[in-house]
Amino acid sequence: MLGRTASALYWMSRYVERAENMARLLEVGYRISLMPGAIDGHRDEWRSTLASAACDWTYKEKHSEVTTGDVIDFMLFDEDHPASVKSCLRTARNNARSVRTAITRDVWESINSTWNELAAVKPDSITSERLPVFLDWIRQRSMAFRGALLGTMLRTDNYYFSQLGNFIERADNTARILDVKYFILLPRPSDVGSDLDMHQWAQILRSVSAHRAYRWFYRDSRYRPWLVAEFLILKEQMPRSLVFSYNWINTALEGLADLYGQRYGCHTQAADTQRALKTGSMEQIFQAGLHEFLQDFIASNNQLSATIAGTYNFP
Amino acid sequence: MAVFAAFRKEAGVQVRFRLPALQFQVLIAVQQSGEGMGALFNEMGELGGKVRQPYARIEQWLTSLPPEHAARAAREAEGIFRRKGITFAVYGDGEAAERLIPFDIIPRIFAAQEWRRLSAGIEQRVRALNAFIHDIYHRQEILRAGRVPRDIIIQNEVFVPEMVGVNPARGIYAHIIGIDIVRVAENEFYVLEDNCRTPSGVSYMLEDREAMMYLFPDLFAKQRIAPVENYPSMLRKTLESVAPPACVADPSIVLLTPGIHNSAFFEHAFLADEMGVELCEGGDLFVSDGYLYMRTTQEPKRVDVVYRRIDDAFLDPLAFRPDSALGVPGLFDLYRAGRVSLVNAPGTGIADDKSIYTYIPDVIEFYTGEKPILKNVATWRCGEPKDLSYVLDHLAELVVKEVHGSGGYGMLVGPTSTKQQVEDFRAKLKSRPANYIAQPTLALSTVPTFTQSGVAPRHVDLRPFVLTGDQVRITPGGLTRVALAEGSLVVNSSQGGGTKDTWVLED
Repeated sequence: MLGRTASALYWMSRYVERAENMARLLEVGYRISLMPGAIDGHRDEWRSTLASAACDWTYKEKHSEVTTGDVIDFMLFDEDHPASVKSCLRTARNNARSVRTAITRDVWESINSTWNELAAVKPDSITSERLPVFLDWIRQRSMAFRGALLGTMLRTDNYYFSQLGNFIERADNTARILDVKYFILLPRPSDVGSDLDMHQWAQILRSVSAHRAYRWFYRDSRYRPWLVAEFLILKEQMPRSLVFSYNWINTALEGLADLYGQRYGCHTQAADTQRALKTGSMEQIFQAGLHEFLQDFIASNNQLSATIAGTYNFP
Repeated sequence: MAVFAAFRKEAGVQVRFRLPALQFQVLIAVQQSGEGMGALFNEMGELGGKVRQPYARIEQWLTSLPPEHAARAAREAEGIFRRKGITFAVYGDGEAAERLIPFDIIPRIFAAQEWRRLSAGIEQRVRALNAFIHDIYHRQEILRAGRVPRDIIIQNEVFVPEMVGVNPARGIYAHIIGIDIVRVAENEFYVLEDNCRTPSGVSYMLEDREAMMYLFPDLFAKQRIAPVENYPSMLRKTLESVAPPACVADPSIVLLTPGIHNSAFFEHAFLADEMGVELCEGGDLFVSDGYLYMRTTQEPKRVDVVYRRIDDAFLDPLAFRPDSALGVPGLFDLYRAGRVSLVNAPGTGIADDKSIYTYIPDVIEFYTGEKPILKNVATWRCGEPKDLSYVLDHLAELVVKEVHGSGGYGMLVGPTSTKQQVEDFRAKLKSRPANYIAQPTLALSTVPTFTQSGVAPRHVDLRPFVLTGDQVRITPGGLTRVALAEGSLVVNSSQGGGTKDTWVLED
């Protein structure tokens, strides 16, 4: 397989995952802006949404004020913004197109029809009223893409590279949301571990589609910050947690090692991260500092991405 | 690169087929009926009257097909093409947009007998073209014999001096040729143009057949239609058969594309997939220790045959355009050393240049010793005094174009031009006569076509695809392009050109 093919498969999946995460973040920001008492706070909420999506700086370069309309447009349609949903899906589709021969017809048609439909949407037509339906649609399309991938791709290197992109992006996204939101909700270290406003906490979980899952899992009517963090970092049952993502990353890397008969530094690194997450506890993490832990994690996750790219000759 | 002008509006008589995606450079001359020029040849026959034999069944089918069924099928076809991403890029709008090439559901049909004659002519022509290119880059017998003027070759910018003395595998240069053919009467076919560089459009030929078989399986059950689906495997065989001398094992083949922004990218991906070869960009290939390799996720892998879909000038920045980022540095040296095969070979443009076109009948006679089976469109070379005086006398009836021009710019379409335009052009022509050639307008055949207002005749041409390696292989049929004009002949640029499935009936 060409190094470029591997790279395109990796980024194809990564960008679809990113588009889906953008849609989720936007959904949460939007819900909060609708809440009673949010009038004063909603600008802050949009700021934290932009920060969670790691695009607050890019936004500031274009807009002097934070308004609901501008944020929505920026995150959904702005073609100058490389992480807007539209830019993500374009990049994903261009990658898919460049390796049309390496993906199945179902995967291609899924991403191609998503793009065709999205390209036909006029940004003006997505008013506040239509926003929830539109965000739902993005999530649905992303899941259809993933379904096509899981259901039709041969389990060879094509598949493994696409999984790596998917889960490295997901781990990055979950870690960032947790980092940004946690510290907005808990401004003082002494508050860590206390119970805070239910609604606010529900939003972190909602932004990773886990608010109901949390309740089923912990059988608890309250959202406890400690448990929310645990759920998103250490719980293997939670499909957007860091440990879950690293289980998949390791499976994919092991698949490549078997196929190519060769292990590299990226295998060791991913296995180390996975082990740390599997055996870690929240006590340890909080003692060392959650923020520090998440910052380290994000950096090492990026590092893994770069190592994989170098190892498998991405251009 | 030209903008997708599709059909030029002034083309009441002159229809300009320009789909850059397909690199169609075809100039179709159409004569208006109703001006005493005689009836147009309808390949199906008279509507509601006498039907030509190859179309007998289709005519029955058409008359029994409910209009709403036809409309639905047309919509379904468009949906299929869009979903599959069978598009071509449109240059010029800042970002390249993607468009569909409209597909017409009514096939264009040849009887086995007609096709045998056509393909004999095609085979004769491609053999002569390859012999001609070989000669031009070796002993130049045809120039010595004075059958083709030396200047036209040597001073032509498509002549690649670096190719002189190079010996490609099996002596073949143009392995893939598309020949654009029009028909004006029952037994009258003309070659409009040869495409010996990187002809495209074959993916549309294949996808049109797929769409037809999907939409109307019954039609295929009722008669024997020669299959086209083995084109990719024939192409692969052709590529394997021209592996370089240095290749000892099974040849490793790649398709070299300029990338996703190229107008014909869909076709590149399609063919690579169908043949089971890697689709590479320049950056994926590199030269090391005298061989060509591709960068893989593991060890570099040797490459023996490159089916390149980038132009000569971009192949190798060390040998040709130094600013090319699409090619592979050092590729041409390997090619000359017999370490890798390039398909088609560099320098084949010498066989399809407009200025050479008029000499092709001589070329065929010179190398085959036979009369050409397929005719050229009569062409006057304005650089020759006798021809020039004829052209000046008949300017209002002719099409005059620049020898090296592309895109239909700087051409005169006599019958649709005003007196003033004709006179202005006359001055230009007189000042640089050698820069122009002139052709008569032709009454192109029509085939019934599904339109908004029902079934109506539309003008067509044909591009058969010919492969040359260990043998000459011609896919039965080819790509039929149709001018989807709203009126009988006036072509609206917003409608673009379409394609049709092309059938060759078996005996």
